Amino acid sequence: MTDASLPSTPAIRAAYQAELRAKRVWTGVGVAVFVLLLVAGFLTANDRNAGGFWNGLPNVLDFPADVVSEAWENAADMPGLLLRYLPSLLETVNIAAAATLIGTLSGAILALLATRGLAPVEWLEIPVRRFLDTLRAVPDVVIALVLIFVLGGGPVPAMIAIALHTMGAMGKLFGEVAENAALGPVEGLRSVGASWPQRMVFGVVPQVAPNWLSYALLRFEINIRASAILGFVGAGGLGYDLRNAMSWGPGRFDEAAAIFILLFLTIVLVDQTGGTVRERLTKGAAL
Amino acid sequence: MTVATADIREGAHRHMARARAWALAIPAVIAAYLVYVFFAFDGPALIRSADGENARILLADMVSHKVHVTRDNRDGSVEVAVEGERKGRYPDGEAPGWVTPGEETVVDLGGGHLVTFGAENAVTYDVPGYGIIIAQPSRSRGVDATLPDGPVPDWISASRNRLVADTEAGRFIVTRNRTEVFRYFAGWELFFFTLDSPYSGLGPGALMSLAISGEAGAILSDIWTNDMWRHRETAWALFETILMAFLGTAGAALVALPVSFAAARGFGPQPFRFLVRRVFDFLRGVDGLIWTVVLSRAYGPGPLTGTLAILLTDTGTFGKMFSEALENLDRRQIEGVRSTGAGAVLRARFGVIPQLVPVLLSQVLYTLESNTRSATVIGAITGGGIGLLLTQAIITQKDWEEVTWYIVLVVLMVFAMDALSGWLRRRLIKG
Repeated sequence: MTDASLPSTPAIRAAYQAELRAKRVWTGVGVAVFVLLLVAGFLTANDRNAGGFWNGLPNVLDFPADVVSEAWENAADMPGLLLRYLPSLLETVNIAAAATLIGTLSGAILALLATRGLAPVEWLEIPVRRFLDTLRAVPDVVIALVLIFVLGGGPVPAMIAIALHTMGAMGKLFGEVAENAALGPVEGLRSVGASWPQRMVFGVVPQVAPNWLSYALLRFEINIRASAILGFVGAGGLGYDLRNAMSWGPGRFDEAAAIFILLFLTIVLVDQTGGTVRERLTKGAAL
Repeated sequence: MTVATADIREGAHRHMARARAWALAIPAVIAAYLVYVFFAFDGPALIRSADGENARILLADMVSHKVHVTRDNRDGSVEVAVEGERKGRYPDGEAPGWVTPGEETVVDLGGGHLVTFGAENAVTYDVPGYGIIIAQPSRSRGVDATLPDGPVPDWISASRNRLVADTEAGRFIVTRNRTEVFRYFAGWELFFFTLDSPYSGLGPGALMSLAISGEAGAILSDIWTNDMWRHRETAWALFETILMAFLGTAGAALVALPVSFAAARGFGPQPFRFLVRRVFDFLRGVDGLIWTVVLSRAYGPGPLTGTLAILLTDTGTFGKMFSEALENLDRRQIEGVRSTGAGAVLRARFGVIPQLVPVLLSQVLYTLESNTRSATVIGAITGGGIGLLLTQAIITQKDWEEVTWYIVLVVLMVFAMDALSGWLRRRLIKG
């Protein structure tokens, strides 16, 4: 421990300052590259679009204004229109709910199969994980469009497409939760001769249930939006009606308005309720 | 004492019974709901009408292609074209080895199946193990078909104006105006070079030696401008999709960051805070679909429309996330900076930003990956990027190998964006 081996205080300060400067330069370069990409990207997008940003800007409100004015003129029909689209709304919600249920349940099983320490067959872990990654990577619209060709239009292709995507997403999230579960209960159950399904149902699921439920609820909120969007490409529900009303053009915008209202209210309602329930689930308060 | 024990036991039993009832009731409710959905979605009708044929066509077409040999019965000209498309046509006077042009064009479908385009539009198809099908199309009398004796097998459908025979070797169609033979091959056709390219049909070895001798540029440009697979347009479409995701996500984050301060408890003044929050809720609640529809009316198809739709929706999402992150900040760090006499700017720089940036960056990067998928979907609706190519290819219901190729590209794109966002997360947050 001789003083000679230690650098002097000014040297340390100089080294620190140099490091700080280098870091600042790199941050500056990073920010500059980011801004450059952003500007260049925006200009490219603007260039390749049918209408430019500034040309289109004054027109952005034209369509909402048309919709509102038409809805206002036919305000008396609005309750009737809202009622008329309730079955479609129910279909959209059903697609999301059934897809969430199926996707969550199968995702849970796959998650347990892919979790280190819980999986019954070790060599299956990696293939199951890659399978889940692939399910997540394919956008649901791709699966839906292919299934519409095979099965014909309607809610089932959308449901299967969303369920597959949900399976992938839940498989990953559930697995992350299950990885942190205490193994004590599982070992205890094993010692009394419980089979793998029994160990999972009685040893793991009670530990992870609040988090899993919370993720599943969040997924349901996402899936309602997905279900509306898939309707627009031909898979039934509110989205499909919206496309029909839109392709008709002016004259049926009051119908579009009714669909917008229903969709907006449903999404807000589900988000709010889901948010409250999720908060309670994760913060540990009683329902 | 005994009474108390009995009570406890009684209570435990009741508890167990209730738990057991729940354990049975929840699956029962789920099952009942799924049964309801099955009937609400008209499951029985779907099962009855489900078309196995479509699925078979799809699967077969994904990994194979067909070559059409067509005779125009009005002028007698014979044309050989991959997938029957103009851009896949063999130049005049050229044909693959299994087609012998001449007075009589002989098409060898393999396995002994021989189709002969004879004089006066007459055509014969020799099917091994069945016999010879003779057809004579004419403008006045439709299609005169002569089949071997015996019942008509179910792979032949003959009517007055049309004769179709599907065999394991190919497909044979005769109508008044044209006679067509399809032969199926495994693999994707003309993926690298179209038939008009000088490099078409060369093996990888020959191509390598040509590339080394200085033709690499020409070879790559022939691949790049391939009319059949349109690699250039596909690459642009992928780029547009990623562009939409990047601009939408980054733009939303840039808009949401300053505004979210106004929405966070402890930063913004009360009435203003309420207002900003409702704006965020509105942006999120209106949803990407409605924004897309509204914006596409103003901007038409293209990447800008998708960018703005993502930007608007995610401004709402980010606004909520960021203001929550701001509310969860550790106050002590800010107080510590304040105790050194720092003003508001310095407090923000050294008290707020170091805590905030990792949280925000990780949320933004996660969203970037998921927005790559959203951009594909939005592209399918507004008409931009790979989503548009995909829907077009699916709607024409013709070239499923192209659909397969696009799906593979989309999946690779999402994987790549996932890897990129993960890499950036590790670099920016830990490093």
